[in-house]
Amino acid sequence: MEPQLQGQVIRQLFFLIGATSVNSILLRKDLCSCRKGMLSSPHQNTPRHREILCFLVEMAAQPSDTLATLKTESETLKTKLEEERAKLHDVELHQVAEKIEALGQFVMKTRRALKGHGNKVLCLDWCKDKRRIVSSSQDGKVIVWDAFTTNKEHAVTMPCTWVMACAYAPSGCAVACGGLDNKCSVYPLSLDKNENLAAKKKSVAMHTNYLSACCFTNSDMQILTSSGDGTCALWDVESGQMLQSFHGHAADVLCLDLAPSETGNTFVSGGCDKKSCVWDMRTGQCVQSFETHESDINSVRYYPSGDAFASGSDDATCRLYDLRADREVAIYSKESIIFGASSVDFSLSGRLLFGGYNDYTINVWDVLKGTRVSILFGHENRVSTLRVSPDGTAFCSGSWDHTLRIWA
Amino acid sequence: MSNNNASSSSVAVVQKAVKQLRLEAKIRRINVSQAATDLKNFCLQNAHKDPLLVGVPSSDNPFRPPKSCGLL
Repeated sequence: MEPQLQGQVIRQLFFLIGATSVNSILLRKDLCSCRKGMLSSPHQNTPRHREILCFLVEMAAQPSDTLATLKTESETLKTKLEEERAKLHDVELHQVAEKIEALGQFVMKTRRALKGHGNKVLCLDWCKDKRRIVSSSQDGKVIVWDAFTTNKEHAVTMPCTWVMACAYAPSGCAVACGGLDNKCSVYPLSLDKNENLAAKKKSVAMHTNYLSACCFTNSDMQILTSSGDGTCALWDVESGQMLQSFHGHAADVLCLDLAPSETGNTFVSGGCDKKSCVWDMRTGQCVQSFETHESDINSVRYYPSGDAFASGSDDATCRLYDLRADREVAIYSKESIIFGASSVDFSLSGRLLFGGYNDYTINVWDVLKGTRVSILFGHENRVSTLRVSPDGTAFCSGSWDHTLRIWA
Repeated sequence: MSNNNASSSSVAVVQKAVKQLRLEAKIRRINVSQAATDLKNFCLQNAHKDPLLVGVPSSDNPFRPPKSCGLL
């Protein structure tokens, strides 16, 4: 018999026995001054009787949700979920990819070095014009670069240090950034170089802890943020109003990525609770979650088709999760790699996965075969952020050595 | 009273977790073999368009310097 049904039966019995016994007690002349019991006389409405009756009704009406029963149900559901996932695990990704030609030698070099930040570079984003890059650093500066010429086009000084998140608007007319100030601010970029950008600043998001990541949705009008307070939120840029909030992480949320536009209104987030969650932007509901990493997840990025995503973590591995199979399908790791991966991104076709690591290197992985194809040296401190350009011709990495490097 | 509040809030937390797990258990899944094949096909179909994978001639790539020397 279903446990819930059992619970119901027990509760009903309890109510019956309890009510009957109280009724009998009330009828006993030496215990109670009333001559008629509760159940025998529905009009007997003294406060004391009402109290007792209410207590009994409350006990009977409460669902059998004691902590212990809920916890056992949660455990059984978790094992059931694992079983369901395991049933469909008939083959490994690298087995399916065995017959594909192996990738040749890659020659990727630093083509540009963007110098100008006074402290650790924490975040970067490309503009849709494939040429401009916005980057933010620990000293509070946000700089917009022209990647072809390495010129600085704009520079803004934020009122806070540790600007951990920055994003370029799809139109290319604004940038958003935030960090220890717990806010996400949008700065419209003007063509007039002399204009003080800080004057036109617009505060959009308000969190109760640091801002870890931000991203514009398909338009300049909405922005998605994640924070150290464990939540993500969707905001309207014009009014600053929160349109939707996403609760479910048990610790700081460190990263997020929006699904490629063809595949709908979802985004994935990763946090310090070792969990990555896929959310429906319209309902605020977490639709899938994955918990196979052994440490904080620093970066998540969707596969170009939108059917999978990769995550990089402090446990020195990058993992690929397929959304339709609802499980992890590949792990990119080597015994020689012991430092955490801070940032990951895919090449245009999804065949290559670039990972920036805390041991100052960038590892390039063959997504299908699971092997490493190249290791890139150049940075003099840990690589904190990495993004492939929108047309896939190059990728840019930012590091704690105060520089950004463009590789092609 | 406070004891009741603490226990009722932790009950609420576990209730939420159970509700979430029930939702996740219900979703429809496909075989890994099918998912992996789709990933592989996507990669192969788009491989020729991927500049970092196949490499583009230096003249097309704005970041790579052209072979001819500027002095000549």
